Amino acid sequence: MNGPQDLGGQMGFGPIVPELDEPLFHANWEKRALGLTIAAGAMGHWNIDESRHARECLHPADYYSSTYYEIWIKALEVLLKRHGFVSPQELATGQSLGKGTEPKRILKADNVAAALAKGGPCDRPVAQEPRFEAGDRVRTHNFNPETHTRLPRYARGKFGRIDAVRDGFVFPDSNAHGKGENPQYVYTVVFTGPEIWGDAADPTLTISIDAWESYLEPA
Amino acid sequence: MPNDHDHHHDNELDPMAARVRALETILTEKGLIDPLAIDAIVETYETKVGPRNGARVVAKAWSDPEYADWLQRDATAAIASLSITGRQGEHMQAVFNTADTHNLVVCTLCSCYPWSVLGLPPVWYKSPPYRSRAVIDPRGVLAEFGVVLPETTKIRVWDSTAELRYLVIPLRPEGTDGLDEAQLAEFVTRDSMIGTGLASAPEAA
Repeated sequence: MNGPQDLGGQMGFGPIVPELDEPLFHANWEKRALGLTIAAGAMGHWNIDESRHARECLHPADYYSSTYYEIWIKALEVLLKRHGFVSPQELATGQSLGKGTEPKRILKADNVAAALAKGGPCDRPVAQEPRFEAGDRVRTHNFNPETHTRLPRYARGKFGRIDAVRDGFVFPDSNAHGKGENPQYVYTVVFTGPEIWGDAADPTLTISIDAWESYLEPA
Repeated sequence: MPNDHDHHHDNELDPMAARVRALETILTEKGLIDPLAIDAIVETYETKVGPRNGARVVAKAWSDPEYADWLQRDATAAIASLSITGRQGEHMQAVFNTADTHNLVVCTLCSCYPWSVLGLPPVWYKSPPYRSRAVIDPRGVLAEFGVVLPETTKIRVWDSTAELRYLVIPLRPEGTDGLDEAQLAEFVTRDSMIGTGLASAPEAA
């Protein structure tokens, strides 16, 4: 979706201002927000693509005025409500008012080290051969789905070159919406600066994205 | 009377702290989460997983050409051989700076970051100014980090739009001949592995 998350090339946000000796967390609640997001995700009722989509569905004014942990918590509330774990009344009162969905599993402290070390690999076998090979010229699709996609707006309808053929990966555009993993090959596609940003762009700049096969057509 | 004084009360929570505490309370009461698991997650990223992991990888790549070659071909396996694995490091790629090309990593769509080698991302990495500008004005971005490259140096920006996570291997600083991996790792800054910095120089370390 053309949501607030799709930031590449947007202007007006000002300087970056890195913080000197930045602490890992800026408040205790950020620690709990990190842990809650991971622990609730570990119940296994939604995937990372649905999580990302919940975040990008925040109203743009809300998204841009929130820190990243705030974005996580606001999206986590949406996911917990959507999947029947908490009710709006419970969130309003701050109290459990009864049982909700039965979780598939619960992340216990003893399992945290193993779970974090394992992560969540999302490469998957794909039966057919890759459609493209390194060096091929491709054009990205121009589309504007209202649903989740990982093809940023700045890289739509652009000519590029296949830099590398990667493994098959879960397709986020369907996986975010409960429509299956439908794995496809991913390709690193490289574009020149001028192809993306026009003739005034830095001629020494190249930009690559990682694109699922169905984002691409031969060029 | 509200707001008639401005000193801080420890027993008062700001709205976000209250919201997160309420959520944790509800989920704990329902038996959906284990608060001790949250403690363990936080402890992992406070004490075990951070940019020292990535620095070990870089230092080994600087010291050992065979390792550097493996890292280039199969970064996930080469990094795992140092017992570095995990969440947001499942599918790693190492990108090597050269005399004529500088690499810079961003995630314009969210905040994808190689947690297993760099730990949790800094606020600026997740924020709109960096995510918006890294792809359209990388030289301007680098200048804000104090990195000014020759105009002829090519810049390659890697937008992490899928599940591959990128680790920049910075150029080895001059004057580090003969140092061992542990000594070399001291010169590898977090930002040099994102591409917003360079490895520090020996005299500055």
